[in-house]
Amino acid sequence: MGHGCYALIRKNYMIHQLANPTRFLKLARPLTPILFYTGLLLVLGACGWGILFSPDEKLLGNTVKFIYIHVPFAWLAIGGWTGIAIASIAQLVWRHPLANIAARAVAPIGAIFAALCIITGSLWAKPTWGTWWVWDGRLTSVLILFFLYLGYIALANASSEKGQISRVTAVYGVIGAVNIPIINRSVVWWESLHQKASITLTGSSIDGVYLLPLFISVLGFSLIFTSIVFMRMRAALANIKIEARMRRMAEDTHEIGS
Amino acid sequence: MKPKHQRLLLALTAVIGLLVASLIAINALSDEASYFYTPATLHDQDVAIGKAIRLGGMVKQGSISSARDGVTINFIVQDKDQQQMVRYTGVTPNLFVEGSGVVADGRLDQNGVFIADTLLAKHDENYVPRELQDIDMRDAQNLEKSVVQ
Repeated sequence: MGHGCYALIRKNYMIHQLANPTRFLKLARPLTPILFYTGLLLVLGACGWGILFSPDEKLLGNTVKFIYIHVPFAWLAIGGWTGIAIASIAQLVWRHPLANIAARAVAPIGAIFAALCIITGSLWAKPTWGTWWVWDGRLTSVLILFFLYLGYIALANASSEKGQISRVTAVYGVIGAVNIPIINRSVVWWESLHQKASITLTGSSIDGVYLLPLFISVLGFSLIFTSIVFMRMRAALANIKIEARMRRMAEDTHEIGS
Repeated sequence: MKPKHQRLLLALTAVIGLLVASLIAINALSDEASYFYTPATLHDQDVAIGKAIRLGGMVKQGSISSARDGVTINFIVQDKDQQQMVRYTGVTPNLFVEGSGVVADGRLDQNGVFIADTLLAKHDENYVPRELQDIDMRDAQNLEKSVVQ
């Protein structure tokens, strides 16, 4: 095969593989800092305001302030896996070139947020319930979510190519999503020490004085989460580019040598 | 059918299959996976005397009474349908007040009284500032909502 043929194959490959990533990078580069700093501002504002000015709750007293971090962590731990599941389906069905990179970028951040959710929940549980931990439906299913994240990260790292994810990992991402409705319904299906949902489609049983900073904090943490996902995706795409360039250089040297 | 559509069909079938399978499994687990009995499920299920179980519900208004030794308390845990006498010796959690939720570790004795070894306070889904608790309407509404089902 002549040199021209190689170039053509490479060009086709590049167009197919990078059409979407290029467009994505164009958007993600300016969005990353915007999302991050807006999110940081919202989180600091909401948590600062909430911690300094929230009135004591009827029974919880001042520990009610845990709500401003515990709820966003829980929301993003669950949202993270929902994202992984959607990306996994996009990878398996449509072979979307960005899907596996996105799923892989989410996993460690989701794991960290799940861990933070469990830690803040535990710290809140001690003064409220009188125990650090119980094996009720909600707490157990969230702990399983954390372990699912660790399994996903291990599987993704076992994939042969950097930046690429095996189909097995994507299948695991879809199967793991079964746990998401279980977490959501755990307090309804089974009697649990954890209270039932405060915010539902029909309304909220959280007083407005707590609800507004909580909402802003959730929004802020979500923006930060998204910006970190973008950072990791950009880094992964850069790594793929470096690998491709190295491979090409190696091929060229080989060709000159022969 | 294009391969893309085949994959989509396969993925959808797999997701639906998984959901149905887990729903069946969860339905079978519904009693075993509960963290505690409510007074109603406790009365329905004829639990053996002396078997270690947990009981959860609301502490009935006006039901807490101290025994003569000063460290033992008697109170009633209730849900919408049933009531259960509970005896506990020890320090109660801060959130243990009449009208709030409680989960007790313990066992039934011969007289049908639940002997609790530990008490955990159970917070409900309502978050209300302390200043607002005097407003009767709101309190009544929240109390009604927070009764364990």
